[in-house]
Amino acid sequence: MTTDLVPLAFVMWAVTYPSRAIGLLNPAIDRLPKRVLSYLQLVGPAVLASLAAVNSVIATRDDGRSVFVVGLPLLAVLACIAIVAWRKSLFVGLIAAVLIAIGGRAAGLS
Amino acid sequence: MFGLSARTTGHFSVVEAMAFSIVAFAGAAQFTAVGLVARGLGWPAIALFIALLNARHVLYSAALAPWFRGRSFLERAVAAHFLTDESFALSIAHFRRIGRFDGFGYWWAAIVTTLIPWNIATLAGALLGTAIVDPRALGIDVIFPAAMGGLAVGLITGRRELAGAIAGGLIGVGASLAWDPTIGVIAGGVAGPIVGLLVPTPAMGGAEGGERAS
Repeated sequence: MTTDLVPLAFVMWAVTYPSRAIGLLNPAIDRLPKRVLSYLQLVGPAVLASLAAVNSVIATRDDGRSVFVVGLPLLAVLACIAIVAWRKSLFVGLIAAVLIAIGGRAAGLS
Repeated sequence: MFGLSARTTGHFSVVEAMAFSIVAFAGAAQFTAVGLVARGLGWPAIALFIALLNARHVLYSAALAPWFRGRSFLERAVAAHFLTDESFALSIAHFRRIGRFDGFGYWWAAIVTTLIPWNIATLAGALLGTAIVDPRALGIDVIFPAAMGGLAVGLITGRRELAGAIAGGLIGVGASLAWDPTIGVIAGGVAGPIVGLLVPTPAMGGAEGGERAS
């Protein structure tokens, strides 16, 4: 059983803890420029959406080139997004996404 | 789901997956790290990306600060470790409802409803992941992107967030096709918020940054 990535968990903690603590330990956080605070607020949705999009429509060919693919993963991800927006339940959304992928592949789709 | 994703997408060991959930304890960032590790990104770049992704906690922390005023430094320092999207949302709603700080309410939200279930689920997923031979046949390969999309939806609270998310996705795909998926993800995460900032808010006109995570 490898433990190579355990130090990375500590690195992640080290870069996350300051942002969690800065306001609680130093209320002067309000002095940051509002533009910076606004940018930080938008990083979460943007990076998560970027990850979702790239991992659902981009495939890497054997020669290393990236290609655009529309298939079951995109359908499953869109279904999950719709359910989360509608029902506010990530768990239900993920279950639906998995069921779509299982059903689609059982039907011979990719 | 994180445990499964870590095992099947990132090829983490059970110990590594649990270390992420116990030490980092940062849901969306953990999923993100799995994707970045799977794409072979170096640790410094992963650290930078995680720092950017989790920078939103600055807003949570700042929003909670007034409620923690008067509490000991140690309590505030420990509370910061358990500050997540979920614990923030639950505790700030509780404080506002009762009109005062409630230590039990914060620790209940942070530990009982978030930390413990998250780690039990991670362990279960990581253990289950070892028994799965073909993740695609069970639809497990879609868990990661679906979780990312769902978590993004959870963070969208206005037009700017929506624009930032859409731009992040489009830029990510475009840059992936032009260069590489790893560059694409980073480009989307860094440039998406800039597009979001261009969207005027209803309160614009001197209060552009007034929309706080609270």
